[in-house]
Amino acid sequence: MTELIELSAVEQAALIREKKISSVELLEATLAQVEKVDGRSGSLEPYVEQPEDLEKVHAFLLIVRDHAMAKAKEVDRKIAAGEPVGALAGVPYSAKDVYCTKGIRTTAASRILEGWKPPYSSTVIEKMDQADAVLFGKVNLDEFTFGGTTETTAFKPTVRNPWALDRVPGGSSGGSAAAVSACEGAISLGTDTGGSIREPAAFTGIVGLKPTYGRVSRYGVIPFASSMDTMGPLTRTVSDSAFVLKEIAGFDPRDNTTVRVPVDDYLADLQKGIKGLRIGISPDYLKITYLDDQGNYASAPVDPEIEASVWKAADLFRDLGAEIIEDVPMSNTKYSVPAYFVISRIEAYSNLQRFDGLKYGHTTQQSVKDMYDLYYKSRGEGFGYQAKLRLLTGMFASQEKFYEKYYRRAQRARALMRRDFDEAFNPQGKYRIDAILTPSTPSPAFRFGDAVASDSLLIQFADQFTTPMNFAGTPGISFPCGLSSSGLPIGLQITGYDYCESKILRAAFAYEQATLDADWRKIKPVVLR
Amino acid sequence: MTQEYIATIGLETHIQLNTNTKAFCSCKADSWGDAPNTNICPICTGQPGALPSTNQAMVEKALMLCLAMNSDINMDSFFDRKNYLYADLPGGYQVTQNDRSIGRGGYFDFLMDDGREVRCHIHNLHMEEDAGKTKNEGNIRLIDMNRCGVPLVEMVTMPDLHSADEAATYLTRLRQLLRWLGISEANMEKAHLRCDANVSIAPKGSTELGKKCEIKNINSIEAVRMAINYEIERQIREINAGNKIEQWTIEWDNDTQELRKMRSKETAADYRYFREPNLMPVHISEEFLESIKNKMPELPIQRRERFISEMGLPSYDATVLTADRDTSDFFEAVCNIYDGDNKRVSNWMMNEVLRITNETGCAVSELKITAQDLADIIHMVDQKTINTTTGKNLVDMVQSSGKRPQLLVEEHGLGLVSDDSAIRAMCTKIVSDNPKEAASYRNGKESLIGWFVGQVMREMRGKADPEKAKAILLELLKAD
Repeated sequence: MTELIELSAVEQAALIREKKISSVELLEATLAQVEKVDGRSGSLEPYVEQPEDLEKVHAFLLIVRDHAMAKAKEVDRKIAAGEPVGALAGVPYSAKDVYCTKGIRTTAASRILEGWKPPYSSTVIEKMDQADAVLFGKVNLDEFTFGGTTETTAFKPTVRNPWALDRVPGGSSGGSAAAVSACEGAISLGTDTGGSIREPAAFTGIVGLKPTYGRVSRYGVIPFASSMDTMGPLTRTVSDSAFVLKEIAGFDPRDNTTVRVPVDDYLADLQKGIKGLRIGISPDYLKITYLDDQGNYASAPVDPEIEASVWKAADLFRDLGAEIIEDVPMSNTKYSVPAYFVISRIEAYSNLQRFDGLKYGHTTQQSVKDMYDLYYKSRGEGFGYQAKLRLLTGMFASQEKFYEKYYRRAQRARALMRRDFDEAFNPQGKYRIDAILTPSTPSPAFRFGDAVASDSLLIQFADQFTTPMNFAGTPGISFPCGLSSSGLPIGLQITGYDYCESKILRAAFAYEQATLDADWRKIKPVVLR
Repeated sequence: MTQEYIATIGLETHIQLNTNTKAFCSCKADSWGDAPNTNICPICTGQPGALPSTNQAMVEKALMLCLAMNSDINMDSFFDRKNYLYADLPGGYQVTQNDRSIGRGGYFDFLMDDGREVRCHIHNLHMEEDAGKTKNEGNIRLIDMNRCGVPLVEMVTMPDLHSADEAATYLTRLRQLLRWLGISEANMEKAHLRCDANVSIAPKGSTELGKKCEIKNINSIEAVRMAINYEIERQIREINAGNKIEQWTIEWDNDTQELRKMRSKETAADYRYFREPNLMPVHISEEFLESIKNKMPELPIQRRERFISEMGLPSYDATVLTADRDTSDFFEAVCNIYDGDNKRVSNWMMNEVLRITNETGCAVSELKITAQDLADIIHMVDQKTINTTTGKNLVDMVQSSGKRPQLLVEEHGLGLVSDDSAIRAMCTKIVSDNPKEAASYRNGKESLIGWFVGQVMREMRGKADPEKAKAILLELLKAD
């Protein structure tokens, strides 16, 4: 039998339910794997790099062993007593450290929240608990999710990519991606505001699902940009994402933006196949569009290996009975990065205003003249570079005198991007597609430091293919499709229309099943070799 | 010749809605008398990750006010964030409505005490959450978050008012209306109703408005009157001294009863408004609007008019009996049961019922005496079952005992004695017990008859028919 930790959540849950293994046993195995590959946890202490740090994943900020053990024992007791248990009974999972967990330290990877223990749990954490999943740890991320590499965390050492330890795991859900990739739990909960689930999933060779905005409650998750934040799973298999989504989706009276659309049986639906599914490919998702020095739009191709994998996948989908519709225009995709810059930063700036050093978290120890001096010093010490950058740019762009120039124009761009989706997916329209196949990222994982040091367009525009879905509110899933010539995972994205998670999960599942025996699937991340 | 000036005043009122729970969470909204920081939760204290949910009761009450103000209703209005950093604003922004608020325009007609009708136009009405309370104790700043997230309607008038008296009357009538609609306790002392006033003056006949000054923190209707008068006087003094009016923000100090300059020319704060992404637009469906319209009571100004035109009340009575909805409803209920002269009911209401509410400080709705009781008492007086004085005492007895008036009349034997022999016996006794007074009467001091009647009435505890007593006394006194 494959090692327990390598099993999917669906398989782990089945073994527990059939009493072939206990929840405690699985938890012990998972914690042992963390012990083996994770190394020391990120901390706020001054960071001095040790040689062994370079060999470890460092996904976790906190392991809650006692909390997890109590839950695992409770699940085992219920099963032994023949009491009903939730669908995820006994399956260990981790959560990105922006999910509030009652009584358990929650940091958003920022010093400003130092010492804070939330007085409440987020809705998703409560739902996972009701499904009898076992929360065993909180994982690292970019500070307040601001970034795509996890390097902006205040908690060092930062997370390393289990496939190449000199490369970033992506971000901001880098801890989640690395943990799942390194078999430190089959499930990790992430968040996605501009690609923060899908990009790290692609970089670490796993599956990441960003649900429709409004499908999963945001209540109790520390926000980045509230109009785009979504919560979803990172898993090694498509079925596991379907499995988790079923448990965490649904209307929540505590989040006004959730809706009463029925939750599908995503797991069962996977079996329906993709015959007749209309999958679009858009030229606008096969190039990077940017403004050149003259202020004109220019474009650059994505990594050729990545473009090739899109076409290869298209062939496979066609073989599986899907219809491939080429040349679906998504012409406003070019606005995604600049519009994202404006909207996300304005919302982020506003969302960061509550961290004042008074109510919770870090308060300066210096002497202060008055209330504003206290704010100034506490925030100056508490926020990292990236948070300050977003605060300042957000404050700048949100000035009343620039309202038309920035916020309104960005909102119009957002509406145009939404229109691209509405037209492409319109069942009476010209294209009538069910899904779009795109690269998840324009390149595979980059090296540490390159996100700021490199002027590579592929790095600077790493989220161009993922932010449009956050603007449009539509769902997207990133799934692995192979390895680059240098052995780095490549991810593909399938994006669908509002509340059509079932369809995109089916497409990704069909791909996964058809490539189960592919050679690249036999290769494991370096930390598992 | 001295120049005459005309003052122009616009009012910004903040109205605390009397919902059970706060605007965006389920904490108790009214914390009057509660210890600081006891009605709070993750949402209203701005904990990371907490999200607001719109309280429908707030929307409903705001909508009632819009309808009462004849405002245009935005069927889809939006919440926005007003961003500023202050310790009593835990989220770092206030959730309010900026450019698409629930109500636009409209007007409020009200009557001055002399009967003159004033129309004050409304600029807009919007919903928002309150901030917490800050208290400075020496160098320590204390924050009470109980008030964070309490629902408010901010209502801004056009500059349509032209005297302190008009402004004060506007507030009095607004307070009456808010209570009438049941949407706010509207108690200024408890800050349920807060007022800022923009005041300017211009030479009479001028079409241009002068530069305005804003008076903040006025916390009673009397203070509004004083503050505005002082400010008008100050502005006239400045102009007469050859100075220009500068755009000041002025604070009313209630302890010293004077105005104090806070800052010159509003430094234009940039609140960086943008849509609150956590809340959906406030959508008002036609059905919802219709249901609120159906719930709207007749407004006080309309009812006053009806009391005069249909019920035949004098203007003064109509004003008194529409001061609040309970009194007004009680009065109408009595009239319906009594089914006679409405003015007679009005007299009993104003002289007896309102006397009790004034004396006890309790509201009409809290009285033990019911509309049926009062109608019965007036009937008994009409039918001479009891006399007027007994009737008035009976109102108090019903109020203190909660028993029905008929029962009290029986229990205490309050019915008028019309049996001649009993009255005659008492009259004979009084005349023989008071020989001096009897002699004076007979010597021509006939006004003493009233005193004799009073003695008889007192001895018989008011039960005697005074007319009969008088006739018998006259007979006895003349006979000797």
